[in-house]
Amino acid sequence: MALIQLSNVGKRYEGGYDALRAITMHIDAGEMVFLTGRSGAGKSTLLKLLALIDRSTQGTVIVNGKNYNHVKPGQIPYIRREIGMIFQNHRLLQDRSVFDNVALPLLIHGYNRNEIQRRVRAALDKVGLLKKERLRPLMLSGGEQQRVGIARAVVNKPLLLLADEPTGNLDPELSSEIMRLFREFNQVGVTVLVASHDLDLIRRFGCRMVTLDNGELLNDTGTLMTSPELERHLEGLPDV
Amino acid sequence: MFRRRPKKGAVARPAGRPATPAAAQPSTGPGPSPQPAAFGRGSWFSFRTHDHLDAIRSSFARLAESPLASLMTAVAIAIALALPVTLYVAVMNLQQISAGWDNSAQISLFLKKETAAAELPALVGQLQGMQQVVAVKVVTPDEALQEFRNLSGLDEAVDVLDTNPFPAVLLVMPHAMYSTPQAIEPLLVRMRALPQVETAQLDMDWLRRWQAAMDIGQRTVWLLGGLLGLGVMFVVGNTIRLLVQNHRDEIEVQKLIGATDRYIRRPFLYTGCWYGMSGALIAWLVVYVALAFLKEPVSQFVQLYGGDYRLEMLDLQGGLALLLDGGALGLLGARLAVGRHLSDIEPT
Repeated sequence: MALIQLSNVGKRYEGGYDALRAITMHIDAGEMVFLTGRSGAGKSTLLKLLALIDRSTQGTVIVNGKNYNHVKPGQIPYIRREIGMIFQNHRLLQDRSVFDNVALPLLIHGYNRNEIQRRVRAALDKVGLLKKERLRPLMLSGGEQQRVGIARAVVNKPLLLLADEPTGNLDPELSSEIMRLFREFNQVGVTVLVASHDLDLIRRFGCRMVTLDNGELLNDTGTLMTSPELERHLEGLPDV
Repeated sequence: MFRRRPKKGAVARPAGRPATPAAAQPSTGPGPSPQPAAFGRGSWFSFRTHDHLDAIRSSFARLAESPLASLMTAVAIAIALALPVTLYVAVMNLQQISAGWDNSAQISLFLKKETAAAELPALVGQLQGMQQVVAVKVVTPDEALQEFRNLSGLDEAVDVLDTNPFPAVLLVMPHAMYSTPQAIEPLLVRMRALPQVETAQLDMDWLRRWQAAMDIGQRTVWLLGGLLGLGVMFVVGNTIRLLVQNHRDEIEVQKLIGATDRYIRRPFLYTGCWYGMSGALIAWLVVYVALAFLKEPVSQFVQLYGGDYRLEMLDLQGGLALLLDGGALGLLGARLAVGRHLSDIEPT
């Protein structure tokens, strides 16, 4: 079943610049897909369309059965709650602790205090930052900050994870660590879409790779490996 | 929580989910996963309460971010509120003073010169028989002359007169129910018709003038209160506008992770409400101190006129009303500002 379905999707900005042109593709639930291409190719624009930060000017975007052309502004928050977003610059709130940052989506959702504590700790444990929950984001390294961002994105158990250049500011080792985290979430059923231009890193994961160029779909590898193959492949990766 | 999920259930999970994301919640993972929708009937309220407590907490945090600026805003609001409140208390006091006068409307019946002193008791009896009349007081020509001597100081001039120019006067106190000009008119007409009566005069004009002046005072209070209330709204609105701008990043992040406008707005509304209320509280204090300062000279002043009056302060009820009004104005100002500026902030 396709979780994301794009049909002839285009995005034209005011002034006539086409950021995306006639993109047609679909991503199944449970897939992990890398979105790649040079900067300016339209990777970020595509993610923004999926997160309803921007609207397409052409074609239809359907995510989880919801046609985005028919989504009213008031519905956007509820759709975004189903999507975990990770940004290159983390977008953490610097005046709050790691714990409070991760708790944000749960507060918005209205969970009670106990449930929030339980879930935040579970998410922080997953990204290996349980001991740093009281620190401010600025006291953490870049890789750690990104992991806080990931914990915040997954704490609400989203259907879909969107990551825009999550390793853009990290060294290769940390980047690999972050990507492995995504892979782990994918393995428990979360659909993951990562925009990255780090081809060396992407290739090592052997996931489906969609390449954009100048706003157009240049290449789509499709799912390269079956699951058991992937498992074996992953085992060969350096442990972090 | 992720580790316990079955690995092979990857595809089955989303397929089994409801189609609408708003209602959809991950149903994966063993163990309890209480969602707000599944809390049950009684919990809906506690969920909302929790939301508000959360908003109240961050609203106080926002006030505390810049305590000096917050205090200055509160003082500005207090000054704007203190002025109409002081005026209100002044008018209230003047009304209090005149409250005792409402019953003092009296009719003076000037009798014809030829009316004999012997006729007076019968006339007084007749008047007292009327149900609108409470009391009748007789002022004989001699008494009138004496009073005139005492008050005017024209003793020598009076001595020159060989006859007493004053007629007998009956002072009629109508019942309190007939103390307004309209109600007393028929009584007045009836008394004018009495054969012994030369003229009947109602001593009420000054009361009407006083009442008119009070009306002007009261309306001035409302006018000033309205204008300055508007001012309070704009002061709060502007402060909240700055606060929204300072929290731009936070608002963007909140929007990105699915916060509704209502959720984002709520702490700002509370902050606006606190501004209004703290301003009102300071205004209450200012008015209290100002009145306490005036209390003694006022009673001294009244005492010099032989009266006994104590300045009325703003009572608890009035003070609480002031607090509520302040809070409402702050809320309104914040709502106006937030509504406009929140929609300007969209994540990019």
